[in-house]
Amino acid sequence: MPEDSTHLSGGGIHGEAFSTRLPGRGGLSPLEFYMPIAEYLTESPINFGQTSLRSAPTNLLNIDHLHPSLPSISLPPPTPFPISPSVPLPFTLSHGTTTLGFAFQGGVIAAADTRSSCSGLVACPASPKVLPIHSHLVGTTSGTSADCALWKRILARELRLYQLRHRRRLSTGGAAKLLSHMLHPFKGTELCVAATLCGWDGDDEKDEEPITDKYGNISTNQVTSSGSNNQSTSTAAAASQPLISFTTQQVVESRSRICGPRVIYVCSDGLRLKGELFSVGSGSPYAYSILDSSVYWGMSVQEATAVAREAVFRATYRDAYSGNNVDLYHVTAKGWRRRERENLKEEYYREKERERKRVAERKAEKNKEKFNV
Amino acid sequence: MISAQAYGENGKMKEYHYTGPVEHKFSPYAFNGGTVLAVAGEDFAIVASDTRLSEGYSIHSRDSPKCYKLTDTTVLGCSGFHGDCLTLTKIIDARLKMYKHSNNKTMTSGAIAAMLSTILYGRRFFPYYVYNIIGGLDEEGRGAVYSFDPVGSYQRDTYKAGGSASAMLQPLLDNQIGFKNMENVEEVPLTLEKAVQLVKDVFISAAERDVYTGDALEICIITKEGIREEIVPLRKD
Repeated sequence: MPEDSTHLSGGGIHGEAFSTRLPGRGGLSPLEFYMPIAEYLTESPINFGQTSLRSAPTNLLNIDHLHPSLPSISLPPPTPFPISPSVPLPFTLSHGTTTLGFAFQGGVIAAADTRSSCSGLVACPASPKVLPIHSHLVGTTSGTSADCALWKRILARELRLYQLRHRRRLSTGGAAKLLSHMLHPFKGTELCVAATLCGWDGDDEKDEEPITDKYGNISTNQVTSSGSNNQSTSTAAAASQPLISFTTQQVVESRSRICGPRVIYVCSDGLRLKGELFSVGSGSPYAYSILDSSVYWGMSVQEATAVAREAVFRATYRDAYSGNNVDLYHVTAKGWRRRERENLKEEYYREKERERKRVAERKAEKNKEKFNV
Repeated sequence: MISAQAYGENGKMKEYHYTGPVEHKFSPYAFNGGTVLAVAGEDFAIVASDTRLSEGYSIHSRDSPKCYKLTDTTVLGCSGFHGDCLTLTKIIDARLKMYKHSNNKTMTSGAIAAMLSTILYGRRFFPYYVYNIIGGLDEEGRGAVYSFDPVGSYQRDTYKAGGSASAMLQPLLDNQIGFKNMENVEEVPLTLEKAVQLVKDVFISAAERDVYTGDALEICIITKEGIREEIVPLRKD
């Protein structure tokens, strides 16, 4: 169809070179995701996972020649590798953060600060570092913000394609492997992505009923329609979930191999780690100290939220490159829920107030002792 | 274009003391200065830029505005390396036309922002040295500002300053429009007249302290009636 091929002719100058490069939207099944074709996107690995469309239709080549007016950029080879070895950049890219993710009986908590800094200047005080990828998967981002934002988008697209082709969601482990393999060609370049994928695996909600019974706490209207996307942005966990009195770790693990909360760390160096608790970024040592002492499997949702918030707060207190607000996401079998973004400035003042009260109390006690003695 | 190596980052002259043999390399980038600013209101958006084009210690032109009209509801402001600004705007214009021809409608501001992000990221390893800010109206008619970094990371804001004087202007905007760092303030919504006056004041201040900003200020005011331009003179020294 002629209208569709005008998409494709966006950048191609030399007809034959075009067909060997970026696959175009030649096969036009409606499920295929639109992919921008312009030649300057050649070196991006957007062709990962596309069904092979390298043989461009012939009318495409004709139309190419009708567009000589487009800027002629020299065509780089069709690989995702950098063209020129390290052109010295006159600017720096945004870095520095505190993000964390951990799993517990009530799901997964993902939290991050919101400061985006650019070698000393705060480029953005309100940047979202926890990005939802699909209804049951959320990813925290650390590293260069452009890299993280774009790669999350690419990952979301690939997961959506997988879901449409195979009629089920890809598991968190699968998503992590996919991201890791997509980033592999860029190992050694200046790409910097360190993401923690936090999600809930499970085929459909029906399977999860027995688990919740074991845990015995999640609200009764658990099973809605399968595959419902629960993306409400309501404030912190409505149900005050009672602590489970017991759950042996073994029982939990054997069930959670199939479905349950998952936290996996993926890094552009090629590292991919499955675990229960991760913190990433320049402020992570400070966050780890809070998390390591307070996180345990049986905690309630309120406790978990409080601990995550405290950890990010402490990290922002000590790390210069973290600050501003806290974003908190909670992923359960029903999907992710987002807590209101909280400004930490208030927290500092509350902290000061508490300290002042404590000092006053201590003084009062000392005075009492004096009089009693 | 003189080799930019002697100028170091940001167009500022490098210090002159002998540190040993120096290798001079051709740098494909140059810094041409300029400041861009965008503010979004309830039903309007403003994109403003100065019109000075400089390089090192010279001024190439006093009449080189950095606002580019993309559609009837969207204006793009780009500052940084002028060569990349020109190419980038050409590419965006072409893509807008392609979209218009194949989808029979103009691109919305949000769509332009997403597209610009992928265009910039496509050159992740040899970036466009441009700081972009898009200002326009979204589908519901409310003002929208999208700010970018040179490799494509973007988000929607209420106000943003970019370019050489951005570090001076952004805190002022945070205070006057975002009411940050003030106690007991009544947060009054921003009117068009107040916003335009604020933009003029802010640029006059920038021209005082930033050498790359000056000459004239071009303000593009985007409302549902269309795009209106105003030109205000600034310091020429």
